[in-house]
Amino acid sequence: MAQLIDRRPNAKGKSTVNRQRFLRRYKKQIKEAISEQISKRSITDIDKGESVSIPTRDISEPTFRNDRGGVREGVYPGNKEFAQGDRIKRPAGGGQGGGRRASDSGEGEDEFSFEISRDEYLDMLFDDLELPNLQKNQLRKMTRKKTVRAGFTNDGVPTNINIVRSLRSALSRRVAMGAEPRRRLRELEAELQALEDGGGEEARCLELRLEIEELRSRIAKIPFIDTFDLRFNNFVQRPEPTAQAVMFCLMDVSGSMDQETKDIAKRFYILLYLFLKRSYRDVDVVYIRHHTQAKEVDEEEFFYSRETGGTIVSSALELTRDIIRQRYPPGDWNIYAAQASDGDNWNDDSPRCEQILAKELLPQLCYYAYVEITRRDHQGLWEHYSHLLDNYDNFAMQQIREHVDIYPVFREFFRKQAQ
Amino acid sequence: MSKAVETKRVGASKKAAAPKKKAARQKTGVNRKPISVGAEWTFELIEQYHAEIAAIAEEFNLDTYPNQIELITAEQMLDAYASVGMPIGYSHWSFGKHFIRNEQQYRRGRMGLAYEIVINSNPCIAYLMEENTMMMQALVIAHACFGHNSFFKGNYLFRTWTDADAIIDYLVFAKRYIADCEERYGIEEVENIIDSCHALQNHGVDRYKRPNPVSMREEQRRLKEREAYLQSQVNDLWHRTVPRKAEEADKAKKRPNFPEEPQENILYFVEKNAPLLEPWQREIVRIVRKIGQYFYPQRQTQVMNEGWACFWHYHLLNELYDRGRLTDGFMLEFLQSHTNVVAQPDFDSEYYSGINPYALGYAMMTDIKRICVEPDEEDRKWFPDIAGSNWQETLDFAMRNFKDESFISQYLSPRLIREFKLFSILDDEEQSELEVTSIHNDAGYRHVRQALSNQYNLSMNEPNIQVHNVDIRGDRSLTLRHVPHNNVPLANTADEVLKHLHRLWGFGVRLESVDADGELRTIAECGT
Repeated sequence: MAQLIDRRPNAKGKSTVNRQRFLRRYKKQIKEAISEQISKRSITDIDKGESVSIPTRDISEPTFRNDRGGVREGVYPGNKEFAQGDRIKRPAGGGQGGGRRASDSGEGEDEFSFEISRDEYLDMLFDDLELPNLQKNQLRKMTRKKTVRAGFTNDGVPTNINIVRSLRSALSRRVAMGAEPRRRLRELEAELQALEDGGGEEARCLELRLEIEELRSRIAKIPFIDTFDLRFNNFVQRPEPTAQAVMFCLMDVSGSMDQETKDIAKRFYILLYLFLKRSYRDVDVVYIRHHTQAKEVDEEEFFYSRETGGTIVSSALELTRDIIRQRYPPGDWNIYAAQASDGDNWNDDSPRCEQILAKELLPQLCYYAYVEITRRDHQGLWEHYSHLLDNYDNFAMQQIREHVDIYPVFREFFRKQAQ
Repeated sequence: MSKAVETKRVGASKKAAAPKKKAARQKTGVNRKPISVGAEWTFELIEQYHAEIAAIAEEFNLDTYPNQIELITAEQMLDAYASVGMPIGYSHWSFGKHFIRNEQQYRRGRMGLAYEIVINSNPCIAYLMEENTMMMQALVIAHACFGHNSFFKGNYLFRTWTDADAIIDYLVFAKRYIADCEERYGIEEVENIIDSCHALQNHGVDRYKRPNPVSMREEQRRLKEREAYLQSQVNDLWHRTVPRKAEEADKAKKRPNFPEEPQENILYFVEKNAPLLEPWQREIVRIVRKIGQYFYPQRQTQVMNEGWACFWHYHLLNELYDRGRLTDGFMLEFLQSHTNVVAQPDFDSEYYSGINPYALGYAMMTDIKRICVEPDEEDRKWFPDIAGSNWQETLDFAMRNFKDESFISQYLSPRLIREFKLFSILDDEEQSELEVTSIHNDAGYRHVRQALSNQYNLSMNEPNIQVHNVDIRGDRSLTLRHVPHNNVPLANTADEVLKHLHRLWGFGVRLESVDADGELRTIAECGT
C-alpha cells in the first residue's frame, strides 16, 4: 500500500546551497546595493540582515521567446457584450483583454529584492572578513571585583545562616545521637513485655522500667538544634571584567571632509562597534564631531550634516575628556576612542593634541585609534601623533586610502593587542 | 510535477453544481460512520483515508503507480518549488534565485503555497504539507495520489517520453555527476555550461521523434562508452572537413548541407556535434536536455492533467461521502476548496490571469461524463461517437490518448463554450483595433474551439527556431533559422541566448529570420 514518510525532521534548508550559489554569483551587484544602503543604516544596528535589490535584467535567464506583435488570436472567458465582428480599442498598457498580465517571467518587476542575513551582510560589507577571527583577539579590559557564591562554611555571621542546610545537619545529628539509646530502648521494652506476659519477677520488671524511663529522657534531651549544626552561605570576591564599554567616535566635519570620506569612516566605526560588541555586553557610542569647535551629536547629525570652516582637533579631544570625566568613570567603563580625519588641522593645534592625548586621555583609555582617510601624503597631525606611538601601546594610527583598506587597517590596529 | 489546488485562486464564482447534489443526498439519510471527525490529521488517519480512497479508486478502474506520501513543512515546499518539484536536483544559482523569490513572496503573503506537489515517478511521490487540515490531506490524496498518478501512468505522452521507474535514479545520477564536475573543473566552469544549456532547454526537446527510456544502471554503463564514442564522432566530422587536396575540395562542394535536414532539437545537435566541448560538458548538455524532455509532457497536458485530477478527487470524495465515511463538515470544507480551485474568473475580473486549467479541465471531464450519461440533441449531433456510451471507458480513452490541444479540439462542447462564455479576439499589430472573431453562438463554436486549441499548442506559442546549417567547410559557424508564425517577432532576449549558444558551440553562431516577404535576414549573431 502507500508508503508514508515523514520528511519534516530532515532536509531543512535544501536550497541553502543554491542560495549561496546565487549570492556568490551576484556578489558584485549585492555589494553595490549594500554600499548604497550603508548610508541609511545606523552603526549600532548590526543585528539584522539587509534587504537588497538588484536589477532584474542582471539576473534574467534568457530564452528564445515570442515578443508582442504580429497576428495572434486569443480566447477569453466571460463574454458580456461582444458580438462577432465587434471592433474594440486596444487596451492601454499593451495587454490584451482585461486583467491579462504579462506572462513572461522577468518582465513586470524591475528590481529583484530579497533579504540577506546579518552574517551575509557583514561579509559583503567587509569583503570576506572572517568574523570569527575577531573573537580570538582579547583586548585589555577593565576589571572590578564581584561577589559570588562559593558553597557553605561552618562559621560566619548570623545574616548568612543557611536555614535549610542547618536544619538538615541538625536532623542528621539527632538521628545519629539517638540511634543507640533507641535500639537499647526497643530491646528493653521487648524484654519487659515478655516478662509481663509471662508473669516474671517483679524486681526485674521494676529495674527494666527505670532503665526505660532513663533512656526516654536521654532521647528527649537531644537538642533540636545545636551551634554545631549551623551552616553559613559562603561568598568570595572574584575579579571580573567589566561588561560595559563606551566608544567615542571623533570625526572632523570641516569642509575638507567629503561624503565618501565619511562613508569610509562610518564603515570603520561599524567594524569597531562590531568588535566591541563581541567582547562587551553593553556598548555605548558617543559621537563627537568638530570643526573649530567640538559638539556631541546624534548619529544622523554626525554623518550627514554639512559644516564648513577650519579644523581644530584639540577641541574634540577636550570634549572627550570632559565627557569621560562626567559620565564614564574609567574604573567602570572600558573606554575606546576612534578618530577619523582627513588629516587637516590648524598647524599650531597639533602639538596641543599630542599633549592632551599623552597626558590626559591615553592613561584612561583602553585604546585610541586614529585613522587618516586621505589619498594625499601625511598631514601635520600625523607627524605629531606619531610621537606617541613609542610610549603608548594603546595608541595606534593608520592611513586609509580606499574602501578596500579598511579591513586590513583594522586588522593592523588590533594585531598588537592580540599578541 | 504539478502544483495543484492553489490557495491563490480565491474569488469564487460557484460553477460546480455540487451543493445541490449534496442537499439531495442528505435527505436519504445514510447511516454515517465517518473515518474521522475534526481538522487534525494523524499518520494513522492518512493511512486509513488512503486505503479507503484506494478501494474506491479500484472500483473505478483507476490504474496507478504505488504511492509514496511524504509529509513536509512549508519551507520544504518552497525548496521543492525552487527545484521545479524535483526532490533531488543538481545545484545551480537559478534555483537559488527562484527559492529566494518564492520565499519573499510567501513571506509577504503575496503567494499561497500549493497544498501538494506530485512527482511522476514509480512509486509516485506526493508531498503533503503539514499545515493542511485532515480534509485537505484527504483531498490531496484523492487528487494527487489517484488523479495525477493514474494520469502519469496512463497518458500516452508520459508513457512515451518519461520513464517513471528511472527518473529518481537519473536525478541522483545527474546531481552526482554535476557535483563531481564542479569538484574537478570548478564551480564557475560548470555553472557557465549549465547557464547556457538552460537558455536552450526549451529547444532541447524532440517534438516528433520518440526516445527509448533508459534506466540508471544502463545510463552509467553507457556513460563511459558514450564519452569516448561521441568524441570520436565529433573528431571524425571535423577531420573530414579539412580540405587536403584540390579534388577533395571539389568533392566537398558536392557534399550536402550539414545537417541534411533542419534540426529542431538544438541542444541535441550541440551535444552531438559541437566541436570544442569536452566530454563532461557534453554529458551536462545531455543531462539538462534529458530533464527538459522529462518535463515536456507536463507542459503539454496541463488542462487534461489537472482536469482529470480534479474530476477524480471530486468523484472519489463524493463516493466516500455517499458511503457514510465523511462528515457533513468535511464535505462543506471540501466543496469550498473545490469550488475555489475550479473557479474561472471572467476576463475583466481583477482575479483573471488567463484561463484556469483546473476550471477548464474539470469542466470538460465532467462534461464528457454528462455527454455519455445524459446526452441531449446537441450532444448527439456534435458527439455521435460518445453520446450514450460508457462514461468510464470514454473518459479513460480521452485521458490516455490526447494532449491539451487535441483534447480541446476533440471534446470541447458548445454547451461548455456557452457556460464559459468564451470569445476569441484577433490582435493584429497592423490594425489599430482588436477584432472579436467569434463568440459563443452557433456560428462561433467551431472557431472558438479551434482558437482555444491553438492556444495550447506549444509549437505555436514557442518560436520555431531550428538548426539550419553549419559551415563545416569554412569558419564552422552555426546558423539557426527562425520562421515566424503569424509575423510574431522574436523577443530581444535572442541576443543573450545566442551568446550562450556561442559558448557551447565554440565558433560563430548566427540567427536568421524569414521576414514577411520570404526574405532571409540575420537578426542576431555572436562571434562571427
